[in-house]
Amino acid sequence: MRLTLARAALIRHRARTLLAVLGVAVAAAMLLDMVMLATGMRESFRQLLLSRGFDIRLAPKGTLPFDTDATIPSVSAITTVLRSNPDIREISPVLGAAMHIQIAGRDISGSVLGIDPSVQGDYELLSGKDVSDPDAIVVNDHLLSQLHARMGDTLSVATGYDPQTRTYSGQRKLVLTGRVRFIYGAAEQSSGAVRRETLEAMEGGARRDRASLFMIRVRSGADPDRVRDWIETYIPTVSAISIATAIAQVDQRLSYFRQLAVILGAVSLFVGFLLVTTLMTVSVNERTGEIAVMRAIGISREHIVEQIVAEGVAISVAGAVLGLGLGLVTARYLNAILSAFPGLPTAIDFFLFQPQAAWSALGLLIISGIGAGIYPAWRAASLPISESLRREAIA
Amino acid sequence: MSEPTEAGTVHLDRVVVALRDVHREYPLGAERVHALQGVTLDVERGDYVAIVGPSGCGKSTLLNLIGAIDQPTSGTVEIGGKRVDAMSDWEATSFRLRNIGFVFQRFYLMPILTALENVALPMAEAKVPGDERRARAAELLAYVGLSNRGRHRPSQLSGGEQQRVAIARALANRPTLLLADEPTGELDAHTGAEIISLFRRLNADGVTIVVVTHDEDLANAARRKIHMRDGKVVDGVAAAGGHP
Repeated sequence: MRLTLARAALIRHRARTLLAVLGVAVAAAMLLDMVMLATGMRESFRQLLLSRGFDIRLAPKGTLPFDTDATIPSVSAITTVLRSNPDIREISPVLGAAMHIQIAGRDISGSVLGIDPSVQGDYELLSGKDVSDPDAIVVNDHLLSQLHARMGDTLSVATGYDPQTRTYSGQRKLVLTGRVRFIYGAAEQSSGAVRRETLEAMEGGARRDRASLFMIRVRSGADPDRVRDWIETYIPTVSAISIATAIAQVDQRLSYFRQLAVILGAVSLFVGFLLVTTLMTVSVNERTGEIAVMRAIGISREHIVEQIVAEGVAISVAGAVLGLGLGLVTARYLNAILSAFPGLPTAIDFFLFQPQAAWSALGLLIISGIGAGIYPAWRAASLPISESLRREAIA
Repeated sequence: MSEPTEAGTVHLDRVVVALRDVHREYPLGAERVHALQGVTLDVERGDYVAIVGPSGCGKSTLLNLIGAIDQPTSGTVEIGGKRVDAMSDWEATSFRLRNIGFVFQRFYLMPILTALENVALPMAEAKVPGDERRARAAELLAYVGLSNRGRHRPSQLSGGEQQRVAIARALANRPTLLLADEPTGELDAHTGAEIISLFRRLNADGVTIVVVTHDEDLANAARRKIHMRDGKVVDGVAAAGGHP
């Protein structure tokens, strides 16, 4: 009967109930979006790092991967040291450089990675063949669209541009063999990949036996953080970054962003709370006579409290369910806008739906709905019966 | 055994309502309003009492005290042998549910419930099983002449019909006492007469009724009329048209 009365009370004022549900839905959508934003980038970044199974990255001391043009010297020696650790399963040195491709009288610039195709973790092959040959190059769709080239075409690729002498350190004819998607690449970035020894040869002596980055897979069951500590002890020229430390650094860089999301999320929750409290208080004030009569005919205080709280909860649940859909739609839209920000990997999502976080947020909203109903319910249950009836009669 | 009180001669072994030197004061700003000033009153089982008097004389206050929805400043109120003036809110609520039926001037039905559901509401609160309460609600609606209006909501009923539903609701848990505050106040003369007739039938069937009213016809239909003035019972006599 309590639920019937609560449902009926809400239906009695359809328009008001609908507006309240919409208000809570907007607050819920905002809360959900802020939760998705607060945790989304971090989780998205973690998934990105884990996507190719590499546990540790080595960057020049004091830098992050590809943060600067600095490189790690003595790749061979470092590789030998790394191989001495039985917990290290695979080592993938990567050299990055700027490249220029002359085609049909145009100069198209982009970035190129020198990799070992057997252990690389930077791209996935979409079509064609990988760089199994020293004269092969694979490129991403953006570069391919700029080149207007086809598989099998020969490209004139130059690297090591010196702006003072306006010369390149190396130029080479490379055959376009494949179309790839760079996992850490931005949408508008023109990128390609060749074998590392090819890029080293083109870059000239200054960058021989050097790498911009090492990517390392550890043996199954081994602790990546222990391996990282071991590397930093035995190879002092590098910063070893495990996924945990990378995420910690990302966390640090995104802390303001996250704080903002938490504050806005809390504001949304509070707005939802106030909305339900206000509505239920108005509703109780309108029904003082009705409530007094219910009490007079023997309806208990508990019944009144349960009914009013149930009304608040019903509004909160309906708003939360509607807000879930609304939040997902707005998150998708906002994510599309923010992901188009220049220089960001396309695989990074700002708003990531994580069921547990979403349910927690919506659960919190529903709990706040219960809280929001308590004050008006307490007011309703505490109404002096005879006084309320007398006022109602006078009114 | 009988004993004279302000309200007339009563048999104590049959007394349902017993008020002794009841006072009720309200604060009104810096002043105190003396709504009741030493009222002593007995109502016997099966009686039908009309409390009359000018507005503000304390009739409704007296009814609220008898109905255990208010407490006296001093004095005692016994209903069916139980001191209701000393009950906690929880005890008083439970007592009202099972022992007292209320009828109000403005009916106060739940607008969102059907007539049948309105009548069943106090039974649901008293945990009467669903089948039983539906059957009894239907029976009570039939008693008040509304057997075909059970599925209608209050807004679909006339004033007289709404008041009859309210009376059926008041009888739901077979109360010891039926209290009515101006039950014909919102009705036209014809509909009011129907309610008066219903009250007489209820009383004839053994229901004890205390009614507060300005309606001469309703007051005259009672067995006894109790006159009040300035918070005091001034006399209690058999009503002119009171039925035997």
